[in-house]
Amino acid sequence: MWDTSRVAAYARRNPHIKPLLAGRAVSPETSLCVDPAVLNLWHPLAALSELSPDRDYRTTLLGYEIVHGIDAAAEPWVVLADRPDELLPVDTRYGYVWTSIGEPPGAVFDIPEALEPDRRLLNACSIQVATSAPRAVENFLDMGHFPYVHTGLLGEEPHTEVVDYHAGVEGGEVWARDCLFFQPVAAMSAAGGQMTDYTYRVPHPYCVVLYKTVAGDPSRRDVIALFVQAMTQEKIRAHNFLCLVDSTSTDNDLKKFQQIIFSQDKPILENQYPKRLPLDPRAETPIRADQSSIAYRRWLSDLGVDYSVVRAR
Amino acid sequence: MTGPDQAGSDLAGPDLGGSDLAGRQGLDLTAAPIENGWHAIARSDDAPLRHVYQTELLGRELAVWRADDGYLNVWDNRCLHRGVRLSIGSNEGSELKCVYHGWRYSSRTGGCTYIPAHPGQAPARTLCTRVFPAQERYGLVWANLGSEVDPGGPEPIEVLDDGAPFALRSLPVNASPLMVMSRLGDYRSDRGPGFEAEQEPTVTMTPMGPLSARVTSVLAGVEATVVFFVQPVDAGRVVVRGVLAETPTPSLEIQTLRHHAEALEQLRQVLEAAAGGEPRPAPLEAALQRVEIREPVSSRPGVGDDARVEVVVERKAESGRGVMAFELAPVSGELPTTQPGAHIDVFLPNGLVRQYSLTNRAGDQGRYVIGVKREADSRGGSAVLHDSVSEGDVLTISAPRNTFSLRRDARHTILVAGGIGLTPLLAMAETLNEGGHSFELHYFARSADHVAFAPRLGRLGPAATAHLGLSPVETGEALQEIVARHEPSSHLYICGPGPMLDAARQAAGHSGWPDPRVHFEYFKNSNELDRSHGFELTLARSGLTVFVGPGETILDVLRANDIDLPSSCEQGACGTCVLGVIEGRPDHQDVYLNASERESGERIVACVSRSVDDRLVLDL
Repeated sequence: MWDTSRVAAYARRNPHIKPLLAGRAVSPETSLCVDPAVLNLWHPLAALSELSPDRDYRTTLLGYEIVHGIDAAAEPWVVLADRPDELLPVDTRYGYVWTSIGEPPGAVFDIPEALEPDRRLLNACSIQVATSAPRAVENFLDMGHFPYVHTGLLGEEPHTEVVDYHAGVEGGEVWARDCLFFQPVAAMSAAGGQMTDYTYRVPHPYCVVLYKTVAGDPSRRDVIALFVQAMTQEKIRAHNFLCLVDSTSTDNDLKKFQQIIFSQDKPILENQYPKRLPLDPRAETPIRADQSSIAYRRWLSDLGVDYSVVRAR
Repeated sequence: MTGPDQAGSDLAGPDLGGSDLAGRQGLDLTAAPIENGWHAIARSDDAPLRHVYQTELLGRELAVWRADDGYLNVWDNRCLHRGVRLSIGSNEGSELKCVYHGWRYSSRTGGCTYIPAHPGQAPARTLCTRVFPAQERYGLVWANLGSEVDPGGPEPIEVLDDGAPFALRSLPVNASPLMVMSRLGDYRSDRGPGFEAEQEPTVTMTPMGPLSARVTSVLAGVEATVVFFVQPVDAGRVVVRGVLAETPTPSLEIQTLRHHAEALEQLRQVLEAAAGGEPRPAPLEAALQRVEIREPVSSRPGVGDDARVEVVVERKAESGRGVMAFELAPVSGELPTTQPGAHIDVFLPNGLVRQYSLTNRAGDQGRYVIGVKREADSRGGSAVLHDSVSEGDVLTISAPRNTFSLRRDARHTILVAGGIGLTPLLAMAETLNEGGHSFELHYFARSADHVAFAPRLGRLGPAATAHLGLSPVETGEALQEIVARHEPSSHLYICGPGPMLDAARQAAGHSGWPDPRVHFEYFKNSNELDRSHGFELTLARSGLTVFVGPGETILDVLRANDIDLPSSCEQGACGTCVLGVIEGRPDHQDVYLNASERESGERIVACVSRSVDDRLVLDL
């Protein structure tokens, strides 16, 4: 997968990437991404609100060293560490700094709810995890672990059953609908256990969005998303985005709930192997409850995603 | 005590002593004697009850856990479902539970016994984690990852067999196995109690095998022997496991152990200093495999439901009037994984086949226990088992099938048994009891004399109630009373003679139990095929035409016809058993195929999907 002939062939097909790879050693250790399906996407780096104009920030994206920051006018800028004179494209949707090393689409995918005036948009946390981006996405799509990993919050024994739901590809994205699960405390605003209705959406190989019933207002749905920054194939920063209808809880309480949830997922993710997501359906054993992950893995295969996965033989 | 030059004589492996080692490039860790060899991987006390210990051997992670019955399990450290380490799961006594989704695996076989996301469905028998043979000797746990395993276990070490061995603390070292083997002679075991510090003892290192050596120090008639076993964790990492030939006397124990702790630490420093000057060897390729489609049965001509197992009747004893209990032990290896509610076919010497429920709770895999009631009008089934089969006889049985699976997600479970219908419910009651679930067992029997498995019922305490000598009318009243006390999310399981079962189901219906929460198993299944809801299946390449009945799957029927189609989840999720469709419209029941594949009708998932048309032709 990392042979130089392949990199050369890729560089020939994608002239814009040639200068990017010039002089760099491409190997599994450096984990430098040469996968066009991933390079040409927008990738999140940080929450804008957490950046200060006084300093630069260094991070890693797809194996490349990145320096970024905001100027005095709070405008973000991003460069490759060894090409400080060439600005990379930037988008600031949903309060995050997004960039791309390749040729990205016009804008980051849409989350229409984020435009509603009464929504609370927050970055609950950006947490580094020793896993691959698709493992984190798949965990976010999964309901079966709620009673075991988020005991007493998102699930509780004996309510372990995952009833059939609908998952498939719609408009180039993976959607899972009619996902019902019993939750003791579905959100900060919830009082007591309830059957929660979830819809999941994967609009980007490394980003996943969840819509869930708002307690007390069946007409609206809270939005929670995971924007995953693939630092390397096996190391990520997971940006937990909240877009909630909640006029009473404090920012800190809302963030804290999501921080607790994600901190429960982290040790599981770090004990999963291989860390990269295997796309061969027989590498692991999916069950009916995993319909969304089956659809996600097949979608990644169809997109030709190479980076952070183990492709089927 | 054996002299230093004798013990290794007939076991001597490659000559690893002396300076000629310096020129060697490496020890081939993939060579047969190492790959198929027994390796010490833990101390016995690393695996106390209800704990899971993690270690690594030849680049493969292992989960080591002891069941409550003392059985030591050494498994691939990876849940089949999503690859999470089993070592962070919990040891539930006879099952290991994965921390991520609560999947449970049985001791001994590694077979999956329960998937909480689908509590009403019995896990496919093919779901089996990889298990490795293990033994305990000299205070250490030994495992073998090889394809050709010597069942006798590790080579005996005379000096340890003759002595009173004592396992020292484990010493992880960042050095290659070869480097460690070459420097074990540096171990200073001669400064312990009984040796005079000023004098130089005679130290002899004798290799005992490719990865073990004996180090003996002699000084003024005092001798100390340590046998070292080098656990090859990976190409550049080992755990050195030392065993003293003699357990120190209590008065010298602390002193001796302190001495060895220091000596081991010195050894580690010597080894790591030496390894630091050498290039780091490439790690062994972690042998991640696909989920294997197999069952760990001892003997299995035939596949799937036709798998046959040879068992020996280890014990036969009357258990209640007219009921004979049989304990069936494997002839070799382990019995296939059972689940509460499962039954086996018993192939009788006279050619008859009879079905009996297993009374084993989940994870209780050592011996199958069945209860056989002597039928008054026996046509040679129960009578043969009662009269002609004796202890020591070998019987052929099928692998267990589960059509009466137990949910473990009920707030409360009511089990109702009539007569010998107790057997599957006893397995369920003990499983629920072990897991701390709320349940009650009602057992209807003709008299106290007729109560089977009384000691086991006694251990269930007040949860088990016997209803003795009731008339049909009284039985009906008692049943009504039992099912009247139901709450939402309780489940009812009934097994017994037809009239009683009908009465119980009727009573449950009157009390408002919804059908999905009432589970039952008739003694005698009618085997008549209902051809009205089945379809004809033609296999184009093999030219075979078969009929798939209403309760059957394509996979079932193929297996019954000796066609071995690989399968895994058997829920229509993994895509392992996908087949090409040549003619006929598939009735898709899976969640694997995407919308366009469904639409095209060119592929079908054989474990769950059926046919819309009366005839389906497959590319097989």
